[in-house]
Amino acid sequence: MDDLIKYAPDLLAGFLKNVQLSAVCAVLSLILGTVLVSMRVSPTPVLRAAGTAYVNIVRNTPLTLVLAFSALGLSDTLDVTFSDDPGSNSFWLVVLGLSLYTATFVCEALRSGINTVPMGQAEAARAIGLTFLQSLTMIILPQAFRAVIAPLGSVIIAMIKNTTVAIAAGYLAESAFVMKDTFDDTGVSIPIFLGIVVAFMIITLPIGFLTGWLANRLAVAR
Amino acid sequence: MTISLRGLTKVFPGGVRALDSLDLEIGEGEFFALLGPSGCGKTTLLRSIAGLETPTSGAVAIGGADVTALPPGRRDVAMVFQDYALFPHMDVTANIAYPLRIKKVPRARREAAAAEVAGRLSLAELLGRRPGQLSGGQQQRVALARAIACRPKVFLFDEPLSNLDARLRLEARTFLKRLQDELGVTTVFVTHDQGEALALAHRIAVMDAGRITQVGAPSEIFHRPATPFVASFIGSTPMNLLPGRVVVGASGPALHVAGAVLPAPPGLPDGEEVVYGIRPEYTDLSAAPREDAFPGTVAVLENLGTSTLVTLESAREGGDGLVQVVVPEGQEPPVGGAAWAVPRPERALVYRGDRLVGPRGGPA
Repeated sequence: MDDLIKYAPDLLAGFLKNVQLSAVCAVLSLILGTVLVSMRVSPTPVLRAAGTAYVNIVRNTPLTLVLAFSALGLSDTLDVTFSDDPGSNSFWLVVLGLSLYTATFVCEALRSGINTVPMGQAEAARAIGLTFLQSLTMIILPQAFRAVIAPLGSVIIAMIKNTTVAIAAGYLAESAFVMKDTFDDTGVSIPIFLGIVVAFMIITLPIGFLTGWLANRLAVAR
Repeated sequence: MTISLRGLTKVFPGGVRALDSLDLEIGEGEFFALLGPSGCGKTTLLRSIAGLETPTSGAVAIGGADVTALPPGRRDVAMVFQDYALFPHMDVTANIAYPLRIKKVPRARREAAAAEVAGRLSLAELLGRRPGQLSGGQQQRVALARAIACRPKVFLFDEPLSNLDARLRLEARTFLKRLQDELGVTTVFVTHDQGEALALAHRIAVMDAGRITQVGAPSEIFHRPATPFVASFIGSTPMNLLPGRVVVGASGPALHVAGAVLPAPPGLPDGEEVVYGIRPEYTDLSAAPREDAFPGTVAVLENLGTSTLVTLESAREGGDGLVQVVVPEGQEPPVGGAAWAVPRPERALVYRGDRLVGPRGGPA
């Protein structure tokens, strides 16, 4: 317990980084996931193929490899840099890798939501004169989002926990790394372990409850 | 607006020929029914007019202008779907006004238009509700309102009444007919219910296997069905269609049908095989033997309310030999007894192959 209190400021600073990563990745992966699903259901074969290929490749690659590729492949080899400050640069590399990865799960959740929208909705939209994009953004996706709020919650929760493998992209400031670093000094400390678990639960549990509640509240009555 | 279809053909990937070089003219302000069994192509035809299907060949013209290449939104038609396809995440006002929003009508004007149409269809109190909070009949009226609000040149209804329960369906039918009459907009609707087609339409096209078998006014379709198929399809009780043969005797030609000897239409050669059609409503029941009647045993009585449908089982050789007769209430024969079904000759229809050959100038 003493260890936990002693290292709390460091651990908390690390955890704050997890929260920052999560917030940015949540926004980016939701946006990118929506773009991906639009590609996957579009009437253009090239877009559909590109979307499908992207999802199948990235979703089936281990996250640590995606992150390592961001750091070693993109940054070191191809010289993609977000910032001159190495800490800040690797923060954004993690954001990039994790968002690209999570977007595939967002895309697939949304796609199953689109499948719950009856064919007739798209037909009615088309009959009224909506273009594919109008029909998707105004008729189909609003209904699809409501249908998959709970599964999207799970995707986001998984993403938040995935911020702890940021070290794979060489990011050394988040709580899991700080914890490991601390253990190197002090030996394994169960209270520190549990403290971090509790910290994550404080963030993720409410997300689960909130999305469950929203799913009921916004459910589309047909 | 008139609608004209020229050589319309639709072959689906996989080879199903849903429409087979079909020609049709629908007049200005007409209430027109496409009637047929499932899979006959009627819905494909409606969707081709709407622009939701691209025909394989042929042309669709609305008001004289070729619209074959135009997308649905540019054809100035409004379609009401079988399941209404209301947008569940929008309230009634937004649903009705949605087509206007797409046409960039300013918000105040489109909401005024929605309120006006809603008032007309007694939806004024429901404007703030979502479709999920409405009954089936109310949803149907919202779907109609959405179609009416954008003042299209043509209405297209896909099975407009089939999602309503039986009682409501009759009410909605009357309502729909009056509405079409008031609006005077050319309307095409699809139905598999012959009663609905007869009741609503000015003219009916009966379809089978991607072709139009007969086009005509309801009374014409009902009284002079052009083929045995149409005859069997129209009428709330199925028409008796009995195989028969022409026998030219000393007293001239006669038809021998299911044990009865009946007058034959002129011009048929001796020995010609025909199909004799008579509606159960135009057949009387006799307790005594008659030469011009189908003999049989009373097998089933079905109460129709103000009348009863009697099924006679013929003892004749060959075929199942069922003849149905509608008798007024109170005149039901005992089940198991012998009875004779007497067709009214002026109502009889004689088909040779697939063509109506008699009676000439009969009831129309």
